[in-house]
Amino acid sequence: MPVEIDVDRVARLARLELTPEEKERLRLQLGLILEHAAKVGEAAADDVPPTAYAIARANVFRPDVPEPSLTHEAALSNAPEAEEGRFKVPRIVETGS
Amino acid sequence: MTDLCDRTATELSAGLASGELSAVDLTESCLSRIDAVEDRVKAFLTLTPEVARERAVELDVHRATGAPQSAVAGIPLALKDVLTTRGIRTTCGSRILESYVPPYDCTPWTRLSGEGAVLLGKTNCDEFAMGSSNENSAFGPVHNPWDLDAVPGGSSGGSAAAVAAGEVVWALGTDTGGSVRQPAALCGVVGLKPTYGLVSRYGLIAFASSLDTVGTFTRSVPDAAVLLGAIAGRDPRDATSLDAPPVASDLDRGIAGLRVGVLDGTFGEGVAQGVRDAVRAALDRLDALGAEVGEVSLPHADYALSAYYLIAPSEASSNLARYDGVRYGFRVEGGADSMEMMARTRGQGFGAEVKRRIMLGTYALSAGYYEAYYGQAQKVRTLIIRDYERAFEECDVLVSPTSPTTAFKIGERADDPMAMYLSDVFTIPANLAGVPAISLPCGLDPAGLPVGLQFTGPVLGEQVLFRAAETLERDLGLDLRPPLLSGV
Repeated sequence: MPVEIDVDRVARLARLELTPEEKERLRLQLGLILEHAAKVGEAAADDVPPTAYAIARANVFRPDVPEPSLTHEAALSNAPEAEEGRFKVPRIVETGS
Repeated sequence: MTDLCDRTATELSAGLASGELSAVDLTESCLSRIDAVEDRVKAFLTLTPEVARERAVELDVHRATGAPQSAVAGIPLALKDVLTTRGIRTTCGSRILESYVPPYDCTPWTRLSGEGAVLLGKTNCDEFAMGSSNENSAFGPVHNPWDLDAVPGGSSGGSAAAVAAGEVVWALGTDTGGSVRQPAALCGVVGLKPTYGLVSRYGLIAFASSLDTVGTFTRSVPDAAVLLGAIAGRDPRDATSLDAPPVASDLDRGIAGLRVGVLDGTFGEGVAQGVRDAVRAALDRLDALGAEVGEVSLPHADYALSAYYLIAPSEASSNLARYDGVRYGFRVEGGADSMEMMARTRGQGFGAEVKRRIMLGTYALSAGYYEAYYGQAQKVRTLIIRDYERAFEECDVLVSPTSPTTAFKIGERADDPMAMYLSDVFTIPANLAGVPAISLPCGLDPAGLPVGLQFTGPVLGEQVLFRAAETLERDLGLDLRPPLLSGV
């Protein structure tokens, strides 16, 4: 059975504005894909440990010495809007009137 | 008759060393080929002929002083457009990065550039490397040089097509679930996905960080070994990178006694007849060359696709959160606040497949579903790794088709994501387990389209892959020239 998902909720979590057509298509397609994907539940018993990285590495350290990095200017070079050396964004918090 | 641009890097490098040809000749040969075919193939998103010509002149001057040069010096190269290049636009095939000019180079290009490689341009790909046909590029599809109405495969379709058409001698791509090997198979070139971590991911714009690898497209197996050698090894900027093992000198010692395990499913019902026939013929040759050919299975391989289509989208949904309309150029104005601007920018900046995977990953990671999907998928990953470990107790290399079919027509699978995902069935398990695999051409199907054969090796077992693949390549002696080139 296709999985039924709350597309509006997931789109809100993913910060994606979708058209009504996109939502309907995604509801159907994701339902089918998840039905297939849910097979993973059959395969693995509780005592199987999860793997995040196939080739395990312990912590990798380097000496705590500053190295050259991007200039301020380079880091901001792709910003649609920047001001006084900072990224500029539209209003985030409501200001009281 | 072939042009300079149709030869292997190994031949060309010898010609450069002996003074028989110059880097300028070679660069001009590729640029003429690009002029002749690029309007039909559409492998590139950005061409860099001026930088390439300048570099070639410098190299020839340098060589004239008698200074020794690397095996990659003077050889024209293309990079998939998910690998950052300082000052050269890098789009990931996405509207959202349409005007992104990276302020830094990826490590593979830093290394190649330092050795005198000549960059001809950035190649088209599925958006953020998500796809198996190159149809998900925001800038239009790439056309397969073997059949211009067919896909080149994906996601590194532009790199594969550029090498097949002689527009460059070799190229880099990336492989997260088969994105080097599958297009290599569909375009009739050699595609290598190295062990996870063997090549630094610094500057590879992330799709699924635990699966992403940088791989090579070449015209021969020895070329793949040379190109890998130039980019492999630990990088302080990628904590998951590994030291490159010493290169063995036994590439040409043949494969007598080599234990070759044929993966079950190789002749399964989803595999096209033309693919089965070509693979069977290649297995007969391996046998004739003295390999011990037997059967082997990865018992959990059936679950690999399911696990992959949870793990990769989950990691993607996290990695792609950075495209917020603030830092990377593209922004859709007009929302009431930052949140709305962000949702609009992402809604209009990403294409359908990327949105599908972000939604899938966000769902799989969300509260209440995490354990059933992502958690279980990571356990399946453990089972697949164990399957490979067991298989490599019995075998030195595993063999299978690279792709169940040859190149399919543009548009044929575009509306059916599940059918598209199934084309990755032979390539995905290696990414989950981090093991290396190589695809090489093993013949043509009745329609005249190339068939790819895949060898898979154990972790850091690239040398055994090269040995097996080179022996077979030499024995088959295929002369693969796409029909597109008969007129040029």
